Amino acid sequence: MVDKAKIKIEIRNLSVFYGSLEVLKGVNLDVEEKEILAVIGPANSGKTSLLRTLNRLNERNEGFRMQGEILLDGRNIYKKYSSDDLRRVMGMIFALPVSLPLSIYDNIAYGPRLHGVKKKSELDPIVRQSLEAAFLWEEVKDRLNLPAMKLSGGQQQRLCIARTLAIEPEVILYDEPCSGLDPVSTTKVEEAMRQLKNQYTQILVTNNTKQAARVSDRTAFFLMGELIEIDRTEKIFTAPRDQRTDDYVTGRFG
Amino acid sequence: MKSSRAYLNRIFEFVIEKAIFLAGILSIVFVFLIFLFLIKEGFSLFRTYSIFSFLFGTKWYPISSPPQFGIVPLLLGSVAVTLGAILIAVPLGIGSAIYIAEIAPRWLREILKATVEFLAAIPSIVLGFIGLVTLAPLVKKLFHLPTGLTALSGSIMLAFMAMPTIVSMMEDAFTAVPKSYREGALALGATRWEMIRRVLLPASASGMLAAIMLGIGRVIGETMAVLMITGNAARIPTGLTQPVRTMTATIAAEMGEAVQGGNHYFALFAIGIVLFIITFLINVTASFLVRSQRK
Amino acid sequence: MIRLNPKMTEKIVFFLLLVATLVIVIPVMLITVMILTNGAGTLSWEFLTQPPRLGMRAGGIFPAIVGTVYLVFGTLCFALPVGILAAVYLSEYARDNWLTRLIDIAIINLAGVPSVVYGLFGLGLFVSFLNFGTSIIAGSLTLTIMSLPVIITASREALNSIPQSFREASLALGATRWQTVRRVVLPNALPGIMTGTILALSRAAGETAPILFTVAAFYLPSLPTSIFDQCMALPYHLYVISTQVPNIKPGIQYGTALVLISMVLVMNVVAVLIRTHFRKRKLW
Repeated sequence: MVDKAKIKIEIRNLSVFYGSLEVLKGVNLDVEEKEILAVIGPANSGKTSLLRTLNRLNERNEGFRMQGEILLDGRNIYKKYSSDDLRRVMGMIFALPVSLPLSIYDNIAYGPRLHGVKKKSELDPIVRQSLEAAFLWEEVKDRLNLPAMKLSGGQQQRLCIARTLAIEPEVILYDEPCSGLDPVSTTKVEEAMRQLKNQYTQILVTNNTKQAARVSDRTAFFLMGELIEIDRTEKIFTAPRDQRTDDYVTGRFG
Repeated sequence: MKSSRAYLNRIFEFVIEKAIFLAGILSIVFVFLIFLFLIKEGFSLFRTYSIFSFLFGTKWYPISSPPQFGIVPLLLGSVAVTLGAILIAVPLGIGSAIYIAEIAPRWLREILKATVEFLAAIPSIVLGFIGLVTLAPLVKKLFHLPTGLTALSGSIMLAFMAMPTIVSMMEDAFTAVPKSYREGALALGATRWEMIRRVLLPASASGMLAAIMLGIGRVIGETMAVLMITGNAARIPTGLTQPVRTMTATIAAEMGEAVQGGNHYFALFAIGIVLFIITFLINVTASFLVRSQRK
Repeated sequence: MIRLNPKMTEKIVFFLLLVATLVIVIPVMLITVMILTNGAGTLSWEFLTQPPRLGMRAGGIFPAIVGTVYLVFGTLCFALPVGILAAVYLSEYARDNWLTRLIDIAIINLAGVPSVVYGLFGLGLFVSFLNFGTSIIAGSLTLTIMSLPVIITASREALNSIPQSFREASLALGATRWQTVRRVVLPNALPGIMTGTILALSRAAGETAPILFTVAAFYLPSLPTSIFDQCMALPYHLYVISTQVPNIKPGIQYGTALVLISMVLVMNVVAVLIRTHFRKRKLW
């Protein structure tokens, strides 16, 4: 299968270590522009480490080491970017929604303010558009000054998405974004991801194979730090090449 | 426009991170500077006065001629007062720490803890003043002494002052003992006291030792209260009911009269070196003990 | 020898432990009552606003109060920024390496250095070497170094209590480390930092030995006009009037002690109130 899509992220021979523990082993992976790539695999398969390596949050971990390289639009993210510039381009949504202890409005405005947008007249439309894109505007438009932590879990997760959209990233990384959410909130988050598809490249790490099947274009299967297989999502779920992939997606382990 | 702002941000970030790093290592710098200045001034004494006579001399006559700067009576004064204080403070401290942490009902515990915290907050000069007007006359009367300003009064005072340190650190040591230990003992039918004696105290032994060490550190370093109630006689003590003079009190009392740059001035700094080294060793040992219990 | 049954032993031991506790707690209460009853009579507007007269046997303690306020304020100005930055380094930047361990040891030792040794150090460095003379700035700097370990330790705990997830959320939005500290971590740690700082300052306010050779004046009827002036201070004043002024009315001594202890106590209460207030409001 030959794909003409532009490559957004190239991962070349990536190995990641925490101390002497190797959590990613020689991974080669391309992420196409504006696709939704699902990353699935059982616990300890290195999925989260991959995301944290992609936006360099891994550098905070004691004993982190890496080999190989990651290119974003052809530029090495560890050499040609500062970590904060990189993270503006690679937004990240965490497993548990993390609202900052600020109001809803200030949570969304946090990123733009960091990057120099100070005027309320400029911030207001950003806040509104971001909340709309994350399907949260209607629910919170009358109480933007409420502490964000008063929102429900599902609302907070959509707030986190809106907050990430407000910094206008090019890539959005989701780290099991629905693991703590109820089915209704999960549907809303997935809906948001589909809507964002034509603007952003999205990488979704999930424990939920059905979710991967529902929203992603392609799916990568990781096991024990190795990339076992990557292909079109329907292919992974119907006719995978590797037996282990088949075992995992059909629920025989994991 | 936007990039020049980003550039300024980068510079600011660089400067602030350097400032943070400097502030971070400042504690090391200060410890080093303190030692350096004590050495610089203290060692000036040994240009004209032998270090041997300082360390082993039994007479502290700083203003006679020729002056004598033997630290032994002061060192023994500190030791006497400290030993006395520890003898009083250790049983009382252990006892009340156990009572407050393990036995007192909740409402009483809060009151007792607040009282001990309040004691910690009272400035030592205030306690010294109170000791001067109450404790010293009491000691004088009880032991039929010519003066109440003795090592014993100092010991009682200092035991009292060390109490907050000892009690609160021991409490920490007790709470660090896992709940399962206590419950295991109680489940086997032990009374609460048996549990405390056989499980809690052994399990928190090193933390308790650390508490006592820090208490000692506090006692040795205490200045104003001992200056006021130990009688300030710089001679070798033979008993607790005599006036003594500690190292700290000597510095505080005599620095005012010592001529800057004179041998007396230098000798007081030399005492400072001795004090610094003693407390340094005590504190390193105590923190080592605390860490060993946490493991 | 009689063998007691375990229940009986427990009762006797618990009683003895109670006695040990009372031996400590009751004197504290007696001291408080004593200072209150003997000192309250002396407190008057004149006592608080007039300088001492007749060789300190009459008049008030105004210059000593002002001096102590100056010293506390001076200490605050130096110790707070340095203490916060040092805590930020340890909590946000430092890795688990030999340098950090060395800093830890240094802080533990600074906390244990006898106050009179701080006095010697202040005399050696600020008064003589840097030529500040006996002055408010020399005294404040000496008290600063003495207060730093307390402030650093308390601030560090406050910073460590902020969840890591806040930091990562902020970083993930493209904030730099300092922006994260400045906008998310510090504002939320501020109550804890303030509590620790006020407690440290209350200790500094009551210290005598560190200011003995660096700033304190025996008697100064007029107020200091610059940070390079000497000043009187409450703890030192109490020392002077309780040991070096014969035939003084006890009321003046108790009154001075009462004012000093009230200042210290008010600071402690404020610190505790800040702590409990913000603990209640905390959302995470």
